[in-house]
Amino acid sequence: MSEERNPLAGGGTPAESPAAATSMTAAAGSPTAPRRLHGGLVARLCLFAAGSFAFGFALVPLYDVLCRVWEVGNRWYGEQTKAADVVERPDVARLITVEFIANTPNNSRWDFAPQVAFMTVHPGKLYETTFYAKNTAEHDVVGQAIPSIAPSSSARYFQKTECFCFVPQNFAKGEARDMPVRFIVDPDLPADVDRVTLSYSFFEDPRYAQAAKAGAGS
Amino acid sequence: MANTSTHVAHDADHDHKPHGLKRWLFTTNHKDIGTMYLVFALLMFFVGGAMALVIRLELFSPGVQFVDPGFYNQMLTMHALIMIFGAVMPAFVGLANWMIPLQIGAPDMALPRMNNFSFWILPFAFTLLMATLFLPGGGPAGGWTMYPPLSLQGGDSFALMIFAIHLMGASSIMGAINVIVTIMNMRAPGMTLLKLPLFCWTWLITAYLLIAVMPVLAGAVTMLLTDHFLLTSFFNPAGGGDPVMFQHIFWFFGHPEVYILILPAFGIVSEIIPTFSRKPLFGYDAMVYATASIAFLSFVVWAHHMFTVGMPLAGQLFFMLSTMLIAVPTGVKVFNWTTTMWRGSLSFEPPMLFAIAFLFLFTIGGFSGLMLAIAPADFQYHDTYFVVAHFHYVLVPGAVFAIMAGVYYWLPKWTGHMYDMKLAKWHFWLSTISVNVLFFPQHFLGLAGMPRRIVDYNTQFTDWNVVSSIGGFVFGFSQLLFVWIIWKSARSGAKATAEVWDAQPSGLEWTVPSPAPYHTFDKAPEVR
Repeated sequence: MSEERNPLAGGGTPAESPAAATSMTAAAGSPTAPRRLHGGLVARLCLFAAGSFAFGFALVPLYDVLCRVWEVGNRWYGEQTKAADVVERPDVARLITVEFIANTPNNSRWDFAPQVAFMTVHPGKLYETTFYAKNTAEHDVVGQAIPSIAPSSSARYFQKTECFCFVPQNFAKGEARDMPVRFIVDPDLPADVDRVTLSYSFFEDPRYAQAAKAGAGS
Repeated sequence: MANTSTHVAHDADHDHKPHGLKRWLFTTNHKDIGTMYLVFALLMFFVGGAMALVIRLELFSPGVQFVDPGFYNQMLTMHALIMIFGAVMPAFVGLANWMIPLQIGAPDMALPRMNNFSFWILPFAFTLLMATLFLPGGGPAGGWTMYPPLSLQGGDSFALMIFAIHLMGASSIMGAINVIVTIMNMRAPGMTLLKLPLFCWTWLITAYLLIAVMPVLAGAVTMLLTDHFLLTSFFNPAGGGDPVMFQHIFWFFGHPEVYILILPAFGIVSEIIPTFSRKPLFGYDAMVYATASIAFLSFVVWAHHMFTVGMPLAGQLFFMLSTMLIAVPTGVKVFNWTTTMWRGSLSFEPPMLFAIAFLFLFTIGGFSGLMLAIAPADFQYHDTYFVVAHFHYVLVPGAVFAIMAGVYYWLPKWTGHMYDMKLAKWHFWLSTISVNVLFFPQHFLGLAGMPRRIVDYNTQFTDWNVVSSIGGFVFGFSQLLFVWIIWKSARSGAKATAEVWDAQPSGLEWTVPSPAPYHTFDKAPEVR
């Protein structure tokens, strides 16, 4: 019986093994010898498993990069456009309806609503509206609004020069205020779009929520 | 461990082994461990099955009658976790433990102590998982896919479920490493890779899949854990995360996982059909390459589980077409099994009956899979009972029937006794008819728009739900026959010969006596 190492052990994918392996005759089958013999292959397979675990985490930045590169989703358009970069060139012939929606997670303690349900705007012109929020919790809360635009294909044409979503919002117990959004719809918005919906989900920032919860003793 | 060294010391004494509980706790023997895996899987099959009957009982009529909706959600979540990780996967590992060394002429698995460890992790994992049912707030209820943010809102069960999944994953990865090392390093002289029995081939490829994706699941649930307890924001939009990303990572694991649940079944059927057709398998090489292609394609189709999350057209087209491509190697397999039977001298012993039922019913599941692969149609089918019908067709008369076929095929080799053929045929016909009564109407329910994972339904869906529930109860109770047949065969019955079947099956496992002695192939056989 041959005691030689299987040259293929652990190498390559199963798909490429058979063709290369037809000439191989034997591997060790002795019950007394195997430990040392298996070590290399076991080590490589463990490394493979560790690599897979790392790959799972590598998918996180990879997901961000691929979404940006392929322009998938609209999380990327939540970023601020500098007011100085905006050139107003109103297209007065065209009217777009911009709808506003406010959401809160169902376990949150906010009153949150847009001041107007919709606006009729000209592309290329800067507008401002406000959203109202009130902290109904028994303690101070830090909120974070996450914007979303529908249809998602119009997200890149919807620019915000100022938004309460750019920074966490501190609310003292019982505090209420109006928070501004300044936006401009790019005149290059595809002609078939006549209605854009801007929605905000207003979350308690989890990093502050737990401290606040502990403070409230709930 | 004392008993291991005893074996080495008294090599001539073949059946020497410690008795009682110690034998099972400390065993490093592949046959003992295989038996434990199989018994554990059978136990979990009944636990998961009991949960399925709770679901079918509640769905017998519209309205909420028997269980509260929260408990219903726990049942459907636990049913899936237990059947996938507790029943089907351990059953395949048990068959691998028993049969791979016998089929390749090896004295044992390559890493016998790790083998013992990977089995004994499982009872702990499932105790942890099932203990959640007794916690305040009950068990996990957000579906086995654990999508955030719902799963993050789970109660005390959340962390226990995740630790249970970590343990199951560790067990699977160790089992997979063991299978690969055994097949790569311990084949009998002369057994080249392309002489490997197909059950070993499909398991080898499955083992690679396991090592590639089980750690990804471990990573995904770890991220859930840190999101919940350490305030990271992998999936929390408030901190810049994205819940859709969980679905991508989960299904990057999840799709290869469904092939982990079916490839060994392909292997079992590829052993049985040639035997009872009395012909060699048609297109052995094609079978190997088809299995490898299916495994490769399983990595690039994951997003077909989530067409409705909002995906660019190019993405939908890619995942739709790559999914459909899988039908090609799968078609090759179905063609080869059918062609193996063509003009064969067929006989219909219980393993063959289950294998033929597998062939028909798995193909039905494959076809409904193709319907679901069509992205625009999937918007209609998504999250309806059509999906439930689809994956139960591939998993129950697919994977589970193949496991039963394998058990009926090799049982006399394990126990040394033939089992009650007549009763086994009763088991077959009851199971096959009832499984169709159970799952076929769910296609109609899904196409008519009945959503899955909901405790109540519109009265228009009543009739088919009644039919489905009746099928469910008949199927569930028919499985008691299976236990009785196995129990009887373990105790008594006509003595089985080494070959067991008069169809003269090929393979090294039929060269050892029945029951297979405690130690086999101490001297490696020569394969020509």
